[in-house]
Amino acid sequence: MSEQTPKFKVTIDNITIEVPAGTTILNAAREIGGDVTPPAMCYYSKLEGSGGKCRTCLVEVSKGSEKDPRPMPKLVASCRTTVMDGMEVKNMTSPKVVEARKGVVEMQLLNHPLDCPVCDQAGECHLQDLSYEHGSSTTRTEFERTTFSQEDIGEYIQLHKTRCILCYRCVFAANQLTGKREHGVLMRGDHAEISTFIGKALENEFIGNVIDVCPVGALTDKTFRFKNRVWFTKPVDAHRNCPTCSGKTRLWMRGEEVFRVTARKDKWGEVEEWICNDCRFHKKQASDWVIEGPSKIDRHSVISQNHYQGAVEAQPELVNEIIGKNPKLLFDIHEVSDVNREEIDLSKINGPAHSDNFLANQKAKHERKLKVGRNK
Amino acid sequence: MKLLLENAHIEGIRYYEIYRKHGGYRAAEKALKMAPDEIVEEVKKSGLRGRGGAGFPAGMKWSFLAKPEGVPRHLVCNADESEPGTFKDRYLMEFLPHLLIEGLLISSFALGSNLTFIYIRGEYAWIVDVLEQAIAEAKTNGWLGKNIQGTGFDCEIHVQRGAGAYICGEETALLESLEGKRGNPRIKPPFPAVQGLWLRPTVVNNVETLAAVVPIMNIGGEAYSKIGVGRSTGTKLISACGNINKPGVYEIEMNLSVEEFIYSDEYCSGIPKGKKLKACIPGGSSVPIVPANLLFKTAKGETRYMNYESLSDGGFATGTMMGSGGFIVLDEDQCVVRHTMTLARFYNHESCGQCSPCREGTGWMYKILKNIEYGKGKMSDIDLLWDIQGKIEGNTICPLGDAAAWPVAAAIRHFRDEFEWHVTHPEEAQTRNYGLAHYAEPLSTVTV
Ligand SMILES: Cc1cc2nc3c(=O)[nH]c(=O)nc-3n(C[C@H](O)[C@H](O)[C@H](O)COP(=O)(O)O)c2cc1C
Ligand code: SF4
Ligand code: SF4
Ligand code: FES
Repeated sequence: MSEQTPKFKVTIDNITIEVPAGTTILNAAREIGGDVTPPAMCYYSKLEGSGGKCRTCLVEVSKGSEKDPRPMPKLVASCRTTVMDGMEVKNMTSPKVVEARKGVVEMQLLNHPLDCPVCDQAGECHLQDLSYEHGSSTTRTEFERTTFSQEDIGEYIQLHKTRCILCYRCVFAANQLTGKREHGVLMRGDHAEISTFIGKALENEFIGNVIDVCPVGALTDKTFRFKNRVWFTKPVDAHRNCPTCSGKTRLWMRGEEVFRVTARKDKWGEVEEWICNDCRFHKKQASDWVIEGPSKIDRHSVISQNHYQGAVEAQPELVNEIIGKNPKLLFDIHEVSDVNREEIDLSKINGPAHSDNFLANQKAKHERKLKVGRNK
Repeated sequence: MKLLLENAHIEGIRYYEIYRKHGGYRAAEKALKMAPDEIVEEVKKSGLRGRGGAGFPAGMKWSFLAKPEGVPRHLVCNADESEPGTFKDRYLMEFLPHLLIEGLLISSFALGSNLTFIYIRGEYAWIVDVLEQAIAEAKTNGWLGKNIQGTGFDCEIHVQRGAGAYICGEETALLESLEGKRGNPRIKPPFPAVQGLWLRPTVVNNVETLAAVVPIMNIGGEAYSKIGVGRSTGTKLISACGNINKPGVYEIEMNLSVEEFIYSDEYCSGIPKGKKLKACIPGGSSVPIVPANLLFKTAKGETRYMNYESLSDGGFATGTMMGSGGFIVLDEDQCVVRHTMTLARFYNHESCGQCSPCREGTGWMYKILKNIEYGKGKMSDIDLLWDIQGKIEGNTICPLGDAAAWPVAAAIRHFRDEFEWHVTHPEEAQTRNYGLAHYAEPLSTVTV
């Protein structure tokens, strides 16, 4: 940003912040952070032209600007609307937004197969997080869901179109990283599907990145398929001397074994630096890498339970409601889960929790089971 | 008064010689002697509003066109006409191709477009030939090409066929399609007036809008603005269809009452077999349906006229919209549920699938409506439909989402009992192709 760029004041959910002119509402909200930030399923700051499609980031503009204070008549996509000086925006404080977002989540799940138990993305899936945080607990559709057959995109990537939310991120990624338009959308409406032209394998050294930009389990890494659940693997940052890319990656390990290699992602789940296929698919030995240490994960997900940085503290009422546990992960699994045990204080574990932390005390687990049994 | 279709009946008016003999290209002669900005001023004065559906003032749209130094500008004529019930542009282009070409020439000159496009609905294949012939004739006679009539102004017009997608009628999807891409609507802003075709400033107007520039030049903006009423100036083409004695394209002055339009012999000539009027969709499939009792009189008891303001009087609660002028009449035997289902199927089929509420919601509404229509619905489905349409409306990228939501909302708003009848009479709903027969009973049984 040049020094001349004027600063605009924008107020989001009663928090005022100054941002350079041209900043979108979403990015201004990201500066504030926490629950003030609208969820974004299609916008990706690294991909030009992305955003505007999924409609999860809708917000209410209750005051257009200082000059023209009229509110905007409709909810707007915060990822594609730039701030004006004196603008006032409502995200979580607007019942209209909450309601509309619930509708959007419902629509995104309408034809989703809900196959999380067999999906490799489960545990780091933005759609899981989204429906958990903004959706409702039941579904109102009684219709058969649209299905598509799976498709292999090249040797290492599998496409599950049934899980796709058509965010177009992979399309932008494939076009912008590879410079070729081979990956796109066929058909339209609820039969639109991601495909390659036509059934072509994508041969490009960087094409593996489409897996990382995909917010759901539609594009998955075949070398990791069904090998492990992400929450059993421990993410560590690592690097190697790579002739093709920066070589800065994240390894997902269990013990000494490298199960998966991905790019490093920032706290919005966006790739920091694209990595090449060689690093991603072929370097699966710990000895291939220089390990830097446990990754810090800021996103809300089971990998980072209660660990994310700069988290907004829960409102006390909510905490009381859910038996003194922190919200966000409030599925009622506490009674039977091996994961959420009272004697394990997740915030005391260095780095993200990982399966070993839960296995350590087998005795406690056993006793707990007895206790649960007795309660019944 | 007829301004557009005045000469439509003349034998051979499709050809240059005859068109010219009947006063054709006189408006162009006049316009080419004016300064481009003066033409824009005339169009502004005329009060002409876009005839493609939204009714946005054409002159204002033109004055928003960005004019950065050294960047070409374009005019694009939207001839995609795919809205169910709308077939006025087809008539105009088929019978009076030179009227459109003349309008395009004047508008291109006013806006400074040296390369102008007609994006035409793919199914109108034969009209492409008609237009191309007219373009060739206009070129031969010095109305297109280089240095038009010695003014130094160059203009080429290309006709581009669409490939059968309703969504490509939405102006930004149209531009994408014209660029050879998938016809997905763009996210606005930027608007086409700033970044349109190939990111250059572009004006997109409907066929009828651009054709109306010819009479505006002929009689002057001031005189044009005196025709009609209030902000509904000039004449409007209405394509009337459904249960009427004389379906077709009519040119009306916008101070005509809806009642007269349906029952007068000059226009639709009433409803066949003496049936009663049940409902009407006055502006193409996207606008809300209105029951007979709200069609001739507004909720305030005033006469309803065929114009932008009067048709939308009462908002969506008791009014509707002028839309594109696709006038669909339903008599007492028509089933509103079935009708709504058909429209829902259309929008489901035509959604581009970019944004989740429209992509998923349109299909969901169609499936529920199908259940209700075929006697498999539940009472709660009606409320669910209402809720779904509310989740789509206003939350999408382009107005197709709204267009899919409005017909469903209006049908439930005004004909809820008919939906309920389908739920409570599942057997009958399957064997009869209409809902509550003689529904019109409690409504007025108007005749002229
Ligand atoms: C889904 C959709 C379909 C449309 N189809 C057409 C069409 O077929 N013809 C048309 O002139 N305008 C159509 N429009 C309106 C155009 O987007 C645009 O408003 C119009 O071409 C502007 O011209 P006007 O100002 O002369 O009316 C459509 C809009 C939407 C949202
Ligand atoms: S495959 Fe993934 S990244 Fe691509 S459009 Fe679908 S959800 Fe988005
Ligand atoms: S509203 Fe429907 S047609 Fe319009 S952009 Fe969204 S999905 Fe496409
Ligand atoms: S993130 Fe803004 S619309 Fe998807």
